[in-house]
Amino acid sequence: MLTKRIIPCIDVDLDGDGNPAVYTGVNFEDLQYTGDPVEMAKRYNEAGADEFVFLDITASAAGRETMLETVSRVADEVFIPLTVGGGIRTKDDIKETLRAGADKVSINTAALENPDLIDEGARAFGSQCIVISVDARRRYDEEGEYYAEVDGESCWFECTVKGGREGTGVDVVEWAKTAESRGAGELFVNSIDADGTKDGYDIPLTKAVCDTVSTPVIASSGCGGPEDMYEVFTEAGADAGLAASIFHFGDYSIQETKEYLDERGVPVRL
Amino acid sequence: MSTTTREAEETLAEIVLVDYGLGNLRSAQRGLERAGASVSITDDPADFEAADGIVLPGVGAFSEGMDNAGPFREPLAAAADRGQPIFGICLGMQMLLTTSEEADHAGQGQVEGLDFVPGTNVRFDQDQKVPHMGWNELHVEREHPIVEGVDGEYAYFVHSYYAEPDDPDAVVATTDYGVSFPAVIANEAGNVFGTQFHPEKSGETGLRILRNFVDYCAEQ
Repeated sequence: MLTKRIIPCIDVDLDGDGNPAVYTGVNFEDLQYTGDPVEMAKRYNEAGADEFVFLDITASAAGRETMLETVSRVADEVFIPLTVGGGIRTKDDIKETLRAGADKVSINTAALENPDLIDEGARAFGSQCIVISVDARRRYDEEGEYYAEVDGESCWFECTVKGGREGTGVDVVEWAKTAESRGAGELFVNSIDADGTKDGYDIPLTKAVCDTVSTPVIASSGCGGPEDMYEVFTEAGADAGLAASIFHFGDYSIQETKEYLDERGVPVRL
Repeated sequence: MSTTTREAEETLAEIVLVDYGLGNLRSAQRGLERAGASVSITDDPADFEAADGIVLPGVGAFSEGMDNAGPFREPLAAAADRGQPIFGICLGMQMLLTTSEEADHAGQGQVEGLDFVPGTNVRFDQDQKVPHMGWNELHVEREHPIVEGVDGEYAYFVHSYYAEPDDPDAVVATTDYGVSFPAVIANEAGNVFGTQFHPEKSGETGLRILRNFVDYCAEQ
């Protein structure tokens, strides 16, 4: 049986000396130094991670060069699928990132600005390597298309850019359908509301996307422990659960998370 | 069963990785090197004969793969006849068959595969989530050096079509995804085989398969 995937994720920025370092944040802010990207990748590869996600959170061109080198070094250490996101804006960026050793690229803002990038990427490199990432934020007004009931209130989910600081007016569920029809191979659903809270994934958001598309969905943001993974797999129907801080800070290991899921009947690779 | 640890410097077999413009060459190369092979990436069929084994990597669409692999058809057939090990990965495995419905579905008509393992690649049922993406379990159906020690282990798949060989004996291992489909196939002589999953992305299980391959090449 196909298993649910447990995916650790690192956010990589340049430190004061210009060296790549992993940072972990709360609500997309308050970044805290967490470790060396290559060392962490190696550790998670050995710890039984099903995939590994590397997000480049630098914005500069100089940072991008350094990041591609780091991606190559990470790729040398992991024998599981590697997804790289952050700063990918063109077909050439996709090509360079795949060439550096990524198996998939995650694209966010650039796809919202230029949806043709999804078609171009899927045609040139295959749908399996095009992951469309959204940073969703709850809105309680009348401007959305798909509404979910959250604590007795009706809300919709808006695609944001710049780490949640800017709205786009685009409905996440509508966008997920568009991305799928243009050739996205996977959807990576982040929640600005849940990020870093450890209160659990945004279930209404994840469920709304999973119910609408048939492309695999990676749930992200808010994981505080194995019980949150269980909830997002069984209640929202996610295909993969992503987590950062609970693994980085050693609250839970990947193995114990998987054992918890296995005991409750969720198929995992032990 | 013994577990072997190997120094990366030790070369057990010389493997050529065929560069036909598609495929994750770097990952496949790293995996094979970790398994003890010395790997050269080549688009020159003249390099095939001296190699201990030939790997056809693969990501992408069937017709594009066969378009690009066209120039290698005769040299690969000659290598198969000589008994050289040929290992197809993912699309590389699907190309070992006679044809695929994929090209037909894409409106490209009947596209000829390499035909080392007679059969057709067919699509998963419409009610299945496609692509079949993620980790799934291997059931070894019969003996073949490539699958030693991996029965019941998990491997990483990403594909929408699967092989349906004419001869059921060509199926070495299966995996369940709505249907039981071939995860590993081999020709009658045993020297041409393929995995639908990506061993280079399948953690320890994948490395075990790559080591099995390197050992098999070294013995030939």
